[in-house]
Amino acid sequence: MADKHVKHIKAYSPQFGTMIPGSFQKFLRTCVLYQLVRFVIINIKMTVLILKSHH
Amino acid sequence: MARLVILGGGVAGHTAASFAAKWLGKSHEVVVVTPNSKWNWIPSNIWVGVGEMTKSDVTFDLAPVYRKAGITYKQAKAVSINPEGKEGSDKPFVTIEYTGQNKAGESEEVEYDYLINATGPKLNFDATPGLGDGQGHMGEHTVSVCTADHAVHAAHELQKVFEKAKKGERQKILIGTGHGMCTCQGAAFEYIFNVEHKAKEAGVRDMLDITYITNESFLGDFGMGGIHFKFGGYITSSKVFAESIYSERGMNWITGAHVNKVEEGKVTYETLTGEIKEQEFDFAMLIPPFAGVGLKAYAKDGSDITSTLFAPNGFMKVDANYTPKPYEEWKASDWPSTLQNPTYNNIFAVGIAFAPPHIISKPMQSPNKTPINPTPPRTGMPSAMMGKAVAASVCDMIKGVSDKPTHTANMSEMGAACVASAGKGLFSGTAAAMTVYPIIPDFEKYPGTGRDLNGTSGEIGLAAHWVKHILHFVFLWKAKLKPGWTLIPE
Repeated sequence: MADKHVKHIKAYSPQFGTMIPGSFQKFLRTCVLYQLVRFVIINIKMTVLILKSHH
Repeated sequence: MARLVILGGGVAGHTAASFAAKWLGKSHEVVVVTPNSKWNWIPSNIWVGVGEMTKSDVTFDLAPVYRKAGITYKQAKAVSINPEGKEGSDKPFVTIEYTGQNKAGESEEVEYDYLINATGPKLNFDATPGLGDGQGHMGEHTVSVCTADHAVHAAHELQKVFEKAKKGERQKILIGTGHGMCTCQGAAFEYIFNVEHKAKEAGVRDMLDITYITNESFLGDFGMGGIHFKFGGYITSSKVFAESIYSERGMNWITGAHVNKVEEGKVTYETLTGEIKEQEFDFAMLIPPFAGVGLKAYAKDGSDITSTLFAPNGFMKVDANYTPKPYEEWKASDWPSTLQNPTYNNIFAVGIAFAPPHIISKPMQSPNKTPINPTPPRTGMPSAMMGKAVAASVCDMIKGVSDKPTHTANMSEMGAACVASAGKGLFSGTAAAMTVYPIIPDFEKYPGTGRDLNGTSGEIGLAAHWVKHILHFVFLWKAKLKPGWTLIPE
């Protein structure tokens, strides 16, 4: 059965050689609980980045 | 009393002025010269460009903010710098020409003790025939999101395309860079995903062929030679990351392209392989290349010393290593730290206004010797950090703490965060959040990828979307100098 995530890809087109997210990856992107955790992590990463950048 | 004059009121200039006024108090004077009456949070122009925000959502009047901060505001454009003064006076000054405040067209000489050049870029539309109107402005064939007004126009034109698509007319969308030497690929990157998202919402996605055209030699170069980060157990290149995003959404891409002509409904471009090709469009948003704003400089005797202060591209020389050398010999240490002009130590340049020692991505050219490579991004977060660091140095020099700059803002020692949205809703659409450290790859310190893999990251999701929303409101709050603004980091 064709995977709905890749059915728009044509063989040997530029898109054919790339990485396409599947159902689980897409679910995680919009899973509010998981994204709340990622939100905290992104903010920590950015804060560390800012602290390392000021001289 | 010393006078600090800041040319430009964008992210870098506004940050420098705000902190300098706070740190210097009423003992000294801070003057901002900017031709604009409004401050613009440029990253959100993307949302204006798809009709999700209005101009007033991303801009505010500068005059009341500067009045509150005790900053002297001159709505004018800088024309020239006399760093040695003139006959009969040793006092350096800039010549400005008013664009508002009921003095439009009037000239004035503004003396300074310290000068920070934060003029930002000239949007050099005319570098590509047809991209400009021949008068220095955007042409009639394409749109832009570089200013809030441009973005409003872009949203209007995009809506027309959507209306045609709704009537069953297949539409070709082209988004990207309008010249082989453009920077700011991130803006085009974000805009194309917002257009795609908006098309889905409007129910016309199936009627659109969306193509990205870029001077990057590979998707995900972003003018930084690409980045690497940990993703799914791998150390992944931004090329894989970016190609995946385009493929997932069924969008095409053209890389290594120098757009050399724009006509009604068609661009002509040269590729890195030397081929000349054409791409048709019904709607095109093409970012123009940037150039210096064309400031002149004069010695005390009136002779032209523009080449002493500025590089040939119009950007100001600072403490960078400008010795031409091949890519293999480039070093992170080539990049400036204090951003002080080497000839006149009371002049600094920040943000886009400083002349980079070289580009960041590997130089590329077509067999016809046409350079096709991104120029270095130095907008947003790095600009603000430079503005604050230079303001701190100047304040220390004014207060007699030191006769040399006390703070540095070297792009090889600072990171940047970039959030590219796709849509605007809190629970619909997603965004890509990327951090990169350092901005300039340091292959001696970080062999292999040139960057710290613990400081460089990329991910897609709602969380990044929330960050984008927060950045919009927080940075507008900060720029308006509302309570607690100093607590918000650059």
